[in-house]
Amino acid sequence: MKKYWELFLAFARVGVMTFGGGYAMIPILEREIIDKHHWATSEELMDYYAVGQCTPGVISVNTATFIGYKYAGVSGGIIATLGVVFPSLVIITVIAGILTSFADVPAVKSAFAGIRVCVCVLIFNAVVKLWKKAVVDKATLAIFLAVFLLSVFLDVSPVVFVVLSAAAGIALTRMGVRGK
Amino acid sequence: MILLRLFFEFFKTGLFAVGGGMATLPFMYDIADRTGWFTHEMLADMIAVSESTPGPIGVNMATYVGYATAGIPGSVIATLGLITPSVMIILLIARALKAFRDNPTVDAGFYGLRPCSVGLIAAAGVLVVRLALLDTARYAATGVLTDLFNCKALLLAAVLFVCTRYVKKLKGLHPIVFILGSAVVGIAFSF
Repeated sequence: MKKYWELFLAFARVGVMTFGGGYAMIPILEREIIDKHHWATSEELMDYYAVGQCTPGVISVNTATFIGYKYAGVSGGIIATLGVVFPSLVIITVIAGILTSFADVPAVKSAFAGIRVCVCVLIFNAVVKLWKKAVVDKATLAIFLAVFLLSVFLDVSPVVFVVLSAAAGIALTRMGVRGK
Repeated sequence: MILLRLFFEFFKTGLFAVGGGMATLPFMYDIADRTGWFTHEMLADMIAVSESTPGPIGVNMATYVGYATAGIPGSVIATLGLITPSVMIILLIARALKAFRDNPTVDAGFYGLRPCSVGLIAAAGVLVVRLALLDTARYAATGVLTDLFNCKALLLAAVLFVCTRYVKKLKGLHPIVFILGSAVVGIAFSF
């Protein structure tokens, strides 16, 4: 029981201290998981993170499930995951509750109109960062353009694009187009 | 009933969104369009809040959307829906991590998936741009092309673009700094 509680608390701390997601969590994971609890080695952590990035879902959740599973089996994986999302649940629910009551105040409206401009730039920066790893040759450029244009102009579920692109990736690799 | 649908929608998001927090965006827009649970404006604000609070962005988005749709039970159910497929998939491949990483078909699939994910995020970005930088309502009313652009917003976007990408002292800063700065500019210049 103590094992599970430790796991939950350690990952709740990771959840609280990860600000902005993604790479921000690596140094915190290293301190909590490797230095303090010795639940995984640095190499294992990098492996988990790499696989967590390319499997569906939120990267930090995937990494938490891996480490929890390795330390305490299936229930460990589930408890570590609940730990990492717990702070978000509490914090966001409180903020959402507050914001809903102030949403009609003019100053709040202006503030969010300004913030939306910032969100455009943040999304653009995220796209540029991901682009460098994803668009590596002509074929991946074609997939990017096709998905981008079709989803801007057509009303198709993203699921369709995800499934078709994975199939295209496999087909293109088999045809030897990859890397050209 | 709405909780069941909420769980299903976020389960689908968790299953198909590859590449971290921002990858959940296109799915959120898809949910907004199909269900009418929340508007595009609300989504853009949720992105800002999710970026400026602790915790993984994808989880924050799910909690916020769930709360906006069905209160506190909604936030719990949406978050559980989002993480359930992750947990199942990871527990499955954790037993055979190396085999999974080295499998050529898995690798080829992700070779195709990665640019798709970027394309979907970029398309979601277009929706935010239309909302924040363009004034489509005014353009439709007057038909004057210059009325299409929201000049104050475009100017702020240009400044933020330069600050986050080219100014050495600023570009490493956490997004929350830019979000708070934009809020202040928004109030000061009554956006």
